[in-house]
Amino acid sequence: MKAVCWEGRNDVRVEHVPDPTLINPRDAIVRITSTAICGSDLHLFDGFIPTMHAGDILGHEFMGIVEDVGRGVTNLKRGDRVIVPFPIACGRCFFCNHELYSCCDNSNPNAWMAEKFYGYSAAGLFGYSHMLGGYAGGQAEYARVPFADVGPFKVPEQLTDEQVLFLTDIYPTGFMAAENCNIQRGDTVAVWGCGPVGQFAIRSAFLLGAGRVIAIDTVPERVMMANEGGAETLDSMDPDVFYKLRDLTGGLGPDACIDAVGMEAHGPHLDYVYDKVKTMTFMATDRVSALRQAIHSCRKGGTVSVPGVYGGFLDKFPFGAAMNKGLTIKTGQTHVHKYLPRLLRYIESGAIDPSFVVTHRVSLDDAPQMYRTFRAKQDGCIKVVMKPH
Amino acid sequence: MAVAATNFEERVNVGRIERWLSMIAGGALAGYAFKRREVPGGVAAIAGAALLYRGTTGHCDVYQALGINHRHAEAARRPGTGMIADRGSDTRAQLGGSRGIHVEESVTINRPLGELYRFWRNFENLPQFMEHLNSVAIREEGISRWTAKGPAGMQVEWDARIINEVENKVIGWQSLEGSTISTAGSVNFDEDPHGTRVTVHLQYNPPGGKLGAAVAKLFGEEPNQTIREDLRRFKQLMETGEIPTTEGQPSGRAARTQRRSA
Repeated sequence: MKAVCWEGRNDVRVEHVPDPTLINPRDAIVRITSTAICGSDLHLFDGFIPTMHAGDILGHEFMGIVEDVGRGVTNLKRGDRVIVPFPIACGRCFFCNHELYSCCDNSNPNAWMAEKFYGYSAAGLFGYSHMLGGYAGGQAEYARVPFADVGPFKVPEQLTDEQVLFLTDIYPTGFMAAENCNIQRGDTVAVWGCGPVGQFAIRSAFLLGAGRVIAIDTVPERVMMANEGGAETLDSMDPDVFYKLRDLTGGLGPDACIDAVGMEAHGPHLDYVYDKVKTMTFMATDRVSALRQAIHSCRKGGTVSVPGVYGGFLDKFPFGAAMNKGLTIKTGQTHVHKYLPRLLRYIESGAIDPSFVVTHRVSLDDAPQMYRTFRAKQDGCIKVVMKPH
Repeated sequence: MAVAATNFEERVNVGRIERWLSMIAGGALAGYAFKRREVPGGVAAIAGAALLYRGTTGHCDVYQALGINHRHAEAARRPGTGMIADRGSDTRAQLGGSRGIHVEESVTINRPLGELYRFWRNFENLPQFMEHLNSVAIREEGISRWTAKGPAGMQVEWDARIINEVENKVIGWQSLEGSTISTAGSVNFDEDPHGTRVTVHLQYNPPGGKLGAAVAKLFGEEPNQTIREDLRRFKQLMETGEIPTTEGQPSGRAARTQRRSA
């Protein structure tokens, strides 16, 4: 089959690789009908995530038709149309029992690696480094899905691929980011980053009762999309974001702040240059300017919610501000499984149509070019969907 | 994964008296379990008992019931070293006190205690999650033959005897005298709010020479990590019914190899 492989920093290629086969009893094989490039795939493309090996198959946002199931999978059959959550969860450990699916205790075969970095290992993910499982991803024609009796989620025929594809990651990720804000009716929520996760966070915040959402980005088409979602917007390259947020909230600051940017933030201030130099010289692992600003801007007693991906050790992290203002910080990889029934209901009822984020529809062969386009935010690129079949 | 890692030696080193008492307690139980009349008092059983200490703290009644011959114990102890004289079987002598390598690891498993105990008690199941074991065969009640993978296709074999068994609580074993490898171990099962806590103590003393190198390799350079990974697989197997793996999945690496050879 054809698969999109990571071959090194800035090097993604489409390779012919063997078809996946069932390995464990609870596996399924899915024939992929739609698969997306995630903003977090760009962290891999840019070489920010350790323990990638040349030849690894990328992709963790995919859906398709069940082709085969192992003897341990009784709730799925050949022909079922499913979306596949990006974290792999066994469904039976303490963490899965507590709906902390992205913290699954059993799904990472390389848990010892993650333990060296993080103390304890979270769930294995599709196509996202060996430290996080080493599983072949879904930017391919077929994928092997472990614990398929727990992960794959059947979707109704009347909904299109693009309406349900983002249940795999970015829609629940944006939703969990908003849910983590503990929004009270009428609250003001500020969102850093108007990429796909930021877009879903904006819409989810309103759905959960926010009175106002103020979104911060500098890319015109993303800002426009945030406006269409009902958000007021500020330019992230404006040095006065903090003051403008303060003025917009009557001197109080936003009740909650969402960092939907993550470890490769850009910014107008000196701290961005500082992060850039430190990460380029391997003295730091993450660029932190969005998160710093979110913590600095949040009102006293407010919540900072972080769906953005961070990998390692953050420099000049303003923990003093977090402590003295009594902030709550909530974060984590998304517990996708937990949100699926609820979010599918929103889609079915028409409360949201997640396909609004799609800007590029291409074939698998276009992946190398699309990684570049997406990273450069060229051609109005916000979300790329590939059709392997 | 809720795993507590403890270096057994570090923990034991809290004090000589506690260590000494622990050896006696464990040894008494080992002696009791052995019921070996030819061994005088509890002396020989003291050797190798350090590793049983934590596994047997719940059995002070046995210690009291048997009584300890303090004269023999004192004589057996070499001053200043904490080591035990070679008075009994090879295994005990080689594993006495601080000799050999001690490992303690635990894991918390989200399954009922009885189920885990029964699975483990059938030693023939152990190679399913202990990566270095080829097989464990029951030879007769209480005695089993262990076959492990050595380097370069070499096999290492030894016989072990169950020396302690309390249903749903603890299983202890020890290699027979004259085995190629001197090893002893125990596994404890305890109720925990998060499931069942399974704690393994393992002690072994590799022989010298080529075989010694093979045995050392068997347990790896980091024996704690080896046991820890075994326990992780035990947890995975018991909780999920399988052991997660990526072996056999496709990648672009295979594609490149094929191209080169084509």
